[in-house]
Amino acid sequence: MTALALPTRKDEAWRYSDLEAVAAIWPTPAPTRIDVAEGDSVRHHLLQDAGDGAAAVHDYVITIADGARCDFHVLNIGGKLGRVTFTVTIGSNAHFELNGAIIGGGDQVLEIITSVTHAKPDSTSGQTIRSILGQRATGSYLGSINVARDAQRTDAFQSIKAMLLDRTATANAKPELEIFADDVKCAHGATVGELDKQALFYMASRGMDPATAKTLLLKAFVAGVFDDVADEAVKDGLEAAALARLEALV
Amino acid sequence: MLTIDNLTNEIDGKAILKGLSLTINAGEIHAIMGPNGAGKSTLAYTLGGRPNYEVTGGSATFEGADLFDMDPHERAAAGLFLGFQYPVEIPGVSNLQFLRESLNSQRRARGEKELNGGEFIKLAKEKAGLLGLDMEMLKRPVNVGFSGGEKKRAEMVQMGILDPKLAILDETDSGLDIDALKIVGSGINAIMRKPDKAVLLITHYQRLLDYVKPDFVHVLAAGRIVKSGGPELALELEREGYAEVLGAEVVA
Repeated sequence: MTALALPTRKDEAWRYSDLEAVAAIWPTPAPTRIDVAEGDSVRHHLLQDAGDGAAAVHDYVITIADGARCDFHVLNIGGKLGRVTFTVTIGSNAHFELNGAIIGGGDQVLEIITSVTHAKPDSTSGQTIRSILGQRATGSYLGSINVARDAQRTDAFQSIKAMLLDRTATANAKPELEIFADDVKCAHGATVGELDKQALFYMASRGMDPATAKTLLLKAFVAGVFDDVADEAVKDGLEAAALARLEALV
Repeated sequence: MLTIDNLTNEIDGKAILKGLSLTINAGEIHAIMGPNGAGKSTLAYTLGGRPNYEVTGGSATFEGADLFDMDPHERAAAGLFLGFQYPVEIPGVSNLQFLRESLNSQRRARGEKELNGGEFIKLAKEKAGLLGLDMEMLKRPVNVGFSGGEKKRAEMVQMGILDPKLAILDETDSGLDIDALKIVGSGINAIMRKPDKAVLLITHYQRLLDYVKPDFVHVLAAGRIVKSGGPELALELEREGYAEVLGAEVVA
């Protein structure tokens, strides 16, 4: 995704970004390429926890050959700007699965941008993103699914849910479907909500202090995102980092 | 244990309680009955500290402390338990997790040692057994997919585990069939019928009072206690109706 010219707000993929932060690190590093060979199955993860005030941009270009599979888990929590993008091309009988969480506060701008192309018939993809945003943070998910003309029987879904802890926080969720085949299933759902006040009172009435109650509800909200990380050490690392970020927020 | 004096409150600017006074001593079980819209649930929620239930006058003193000076979770730590007419569902949080965090929050607030996993499970098993609730139910998310009766039984298991000094039970009998009513009734007796504890039962019907025998019965109408008596008052109300016992103008 590296281009010579700085992006502007007119670029759809940069619409909600922090362009000033991007300018400071421009040009961004070259994208990481992942090529999954025919029949292979690979797992990747990214813990984006750049330091306060830093800008971090991670671009992935992923090609999944016929009969192959790629599972990606991402936790996006660090930096002034934390941006993770995926440009994915999926072959026949192949699968791409993205599970991600965004947890931010302060003035953070945290983004996950995906462009998934189903290039051939009988491929599937799933994207599940949970965002928790407090203070003046902005969390964005922009996800496009492109189904090529021959890519019949494509089955794709996006499930996007965001939780706002403060009135001043912002969540953007923008699914975008471009479909040129006629036998296709593309499901997408996006919700933005806040913590259930009834549940909070119920928990308080049982003696739970507000911070514990909020943390428990938020843990339940992001639960599942890292459930199927195969490597236990990686899973523990992601879950611990998510919990630490949550506890700092509430 | 609890002294309520001339309590008035408002919900969204509308006055509900209009000078309610009531004293509950340790070892006593009180029942509050009353027509729909009298303010029974409002009383329970106001004592529990539900947001938007604004106290506009009067006082409530619990074990010598000003109840309205405490946040809802502090009231619970001080020994108050509120049984909900409609227990809230919390997807993704198991009953065991919910109760362990609640109990340990209370214990931290009181400067007591927290229970570890093993100690807590032992306690939960004992209390679930008392109410005939399968431990498997406690592994499921709080109230999610529970029937009306299961929710009320789970509430009583919560009460058993948290071991409060005063339980305010808001229509705990609603939605229960006869068998469940018996189980819940004997659960209340086993957990709360003790010299150092007290119960305030809010109910529409006499039938719960067959199982949990009250020492005092009060009638709440139009935001005030308008009549108090012994257990015979509940029977009289059941037989004659509120209008007959209180006079039509009081009920209206």
